[in-house]
Amino acid sequence: MKKYFVVVGFAMALVFSAAASAREVTLNTQLTNYRGDGAYLAIYLTDSNGVYQGTLWIAGRDSEYYKHLRGWARGSRMRHAEYDGLTGASITSGRTLTMTLNLDDSFIDNGYEIHVDTAVEDRRDNRSDVVVPLTSDGAGKSVSGRGYVKSFTYNF
Amino acid sequence: MWRKLHFYPGLLAAPFLIVLAITGTILAVSPVLERSSAVVPADGQISVAQLAQSVVKQYPGAEQIKRTPSGAVIVYYTREGKPGADLVNPETSETIGLYEPSAFFRWVKDLHRSFLLDDAGRLFAGVLAAMMVLMCISGAFMLARRAGGWLPLLRGFRGSGDGRIHSELARFALIGLLLSALTGSYMSATRFGLLPEPADSEPPFPMEVSGGEPAPVGSLEALKSTDFHSLRELVFPYPGDPRDVFSLSTRQGAGFIDQATGQFVEYKSASTGNQVVEWIMRLHTGEGLWWLALLLGLAALTVPVLSITGIRVWWSRRASGDVPDNVSPADADTVILIGSEGNSTRGFARDLQAQLSRAGRCVHSADMNELAEAYPKASLLFVLTSTYGDGAAPASANRFMERLAHFSCSGNLKFAVLGFGDRQFPRFCQFAKDVDVALACHGLDRLQSPALVDQKSPDQFSQWGGRIAEVTGLNLRLSHNPAPPPLLDLELVDRADFGVEVEAPTSILRFRPRAGKKSLAQRFGKKSDPLLDFHAGDLIGICPPEDNKPRYYSLASSSDDGLLEICVRRLPGGKCSGFLHTLQPGARIQGFIQPNPEFRPAPGSQPVILIGAGAGIGPLAGFIRKNDARHPMYLYWGGRDPQSDFLYRPELGCYLRDQRLTGLRTAFSRTRESAYVQDKLNEDAPNVRQMIEMGAQVLVCGGSGMATEVRAVINDILKPLKTDIESLKKDGRYLEDVY
Repeated sequence: MKKYFVVVGFAMALVFSAAASAREVTLNTQLTNYRGDGAYLAIYLTDSNGVYQGTLWIAGRDSEYYKHLRGWARGSRMRHAEYDGLTGASITSGRTLTMTLNLDDSFIDNGYEIHVDTAVEDRRDNRSDVVVPLTSDGAGKSVSGRGYVKSFTYNF
Repeated sequence: MWRKLHFYPGLLAAPFLIVLAITGTILAVSPVLERSSAVVPADGQISVAQLAQSVVKQYPGAEQIKRTPSGAVIVYYTREGKPGADLVNPETSETIGLYEPSAFFRWVKDLHRSFLLDDAGRLFAGVLAAMMVLMCISGAFMLARRAGGWLPLLRGFRGSGDGRIHSELARFALIGLLLSALTGSYMSATRFGLLPEPADSEPPFPMEVSGGEPAPVGSLEALKSTDFHSLRELVFPYPGDPRDVFSLSTRQGAGFIDQATGQFVEYKSASTGNQVVEWIMRLHTGEGLWWLALLLGLAALTVPVLSITGIRVWWSRRASGDVPDNVSPADADTVILIGSEGNSTRGFARDLQAQLSRAGRCVHSADMNELAEAYPKASLLFVLTSTYGDGAAPASANRFMERLAHFSCSGNLKFAVLGFGDRQFPRFCQFAKDVDVALACHGLDRLQSPALVDQKSPDQFSQWGGRIAEVTGLNLRLSHNPAPPPLLDLELVDRADFGVEVEAPTSILRFRPRAGKKSLAQRFGKKSDPLLDFHAGDLIGICPPEDNKPRYYSLASSSDDGLLEICVRRLPGGKCSGFLHTLQPGARIQGFIQPNPEFRPAPGSQPVILIGAGAGIGPLAGFIRKNDARHPMYLYWGGRDPQSDFLYRPELGCYLRDQRLTGLRTAFSRTRESAYVQDKLNEDAPNVRQMIEMGAQVLVCGGSGMATEVRAVINDILKPLKTDIESLKKDGRYLEDVY
């Protein structure tokens, strides 16, 4: 039995530029059955060199643990303004996080990547559990992660 | 007040506290297990650089090395695109096994900290921890009051049943429970922002790195200078990212290390605040402190027992009719002070309090040991007290006389003393008489001269109430009738007769108790019949035919011996002893047990000196028989003629051989030596003195004549130690069972 967490992200920092060229993107992140406490996830954008560009979503409410989302923590420098309003509950083993957000067109097919960092209490931290280029071709194609992420898909 | 603070939160929280305690105990096992499987190299033997170098050799895809507080080393790695975690030997970096955190422990941990309910549950667990702090503190005050001060608390308690179990367990577990509860409360309070948390111990990520060619991990200076024992965690740079750094976290601080230069780019030492918080966490979890974890786990294990006995004690207090509303000493216009050994005086005091309250008085009732420094509003003071042994104060009054010296009485305080006792004893109600004199000397006015109640007579009690009603004008109808003790059917199994030739006919009588009908409580799980629960030193009350006045005999056996044994000397004209001496095996009589927990050897390994004469050997022989722990026990006993009245002769020989009895000194008065037991004590004076100095306890059983002689000798022996029997008695180290 799967439960879906549906989160609708409204136009945020990355997204606000021009009303005309925004696109609705749906992200699906399904976790493996790693048998542990709820996982913390950071979903964020980088350029083709892996340089942090902006936060899409943070799953997990206790900012004390954000440092374990190592790639994201390093890029965002964990500044509150980077994730303000973009946080939700942590995701339990085996479940799926589904969220929708509006994303500026200029990020698509322009060499940008989506990264997912994951961390679970008393278990390893996974920097870049998932790395996937954000392209029109990649939409709808499932990618598997190397840590707690079983599969990751984006659609628009 | 303490009692209410202790009980009501306890009752509410008990089921949840039991969950916290049991899960806590299970979690305490985890540091012990981890420690037992960890390989711990010596201090200064391995640096983090060496460790990392050899780990990388074994695990080319190593991402993170973690050292748990108990010393286990975990390596997180990726091999062929698959993540893994292994426990490794820090000395060789060889794999010990897969690291897989136990799902069971994780579940127990979640149950412990949040009842599996996330934040709401965590908040609740925090509230419970705070309640536990309250219970510990209120409980500590109650324990101290019960023991008669903080210092005596260290010596433990006498008494029996649930109350004793509760107090003794609490005494041992208190510190551990308080530590767990306080640290737990603190952790919860910081989590929910009630207490400030020290700032994060990690520095911000570095903005700039050298970006040079990564050097081999074993050559990095910052890692070379860090000992394995201070390591917490080392995170490797993301492969192929020259701008990434090593993240190192140690006991002293945390920082980031340049891949190329091997120097810290950022470093921050742990603040005192961080270290304090970390210690609080460790004191709670026992992580890395396996012995503490074990102690805390054991302490937590007492919680279910404490909950159950606590509720039972409360229930039995309630069932026996709890004290009616007790007014504080400052507000009371009437004060009742109770001196009681076995609690029977309390029943009378309760009745008096209820009647006085009904008559409109504001009554404060307390033990005599709780005498306040003043009762500013009081005009009436009633003292109800029994007498212990040969004129001594009972347990709840043994510090009354000292406290009286600090008592200041208001002008119009009038007092009346009511003594309880048994006219069979020579110094009948002596303590009540002493108290009466002491109060008068202290300047209080007598409402009435002391009245004495013989054998708990309800008639005499209500007559006294009538006289008090007359002089005070209050409407009192005292009618307390102590419930008659349940009778036990006894069948004589055998008897051994001694001393007929020396005019001291004494018999050891052994009865088989026959249980009556089983009560409902016993049918449902209660193992032992409380009627049949007795110890050597307890008393059995027996009424001779056509006489309702019970005579008491000390028991020489305990219930687990199976038989009830007494040692009875036939007194000339003695109605009950004469009757008992006519019994032949198979005969049946009835009796009732009166617990006498005060007259028992104290637990512990201190030497015990038993002194007795004639039939007084009964309970002493019973104590020796029970000395399975082989603590040093010495018996001084006096008889008349070894050929005739040497009671327990074969048994004592047997006890000497198997070392339940360490030494035996006998004195016989009708031999050429013509010695008494006190003479033997005198001969052994240096030994006796030394043992008492070492903390020995003295128990005396026998006739009052002998007891007086023994007291004189022992006081002489004690003189060089600058102490006397009175102070030994206060410590429970000189006990008498005298008739």
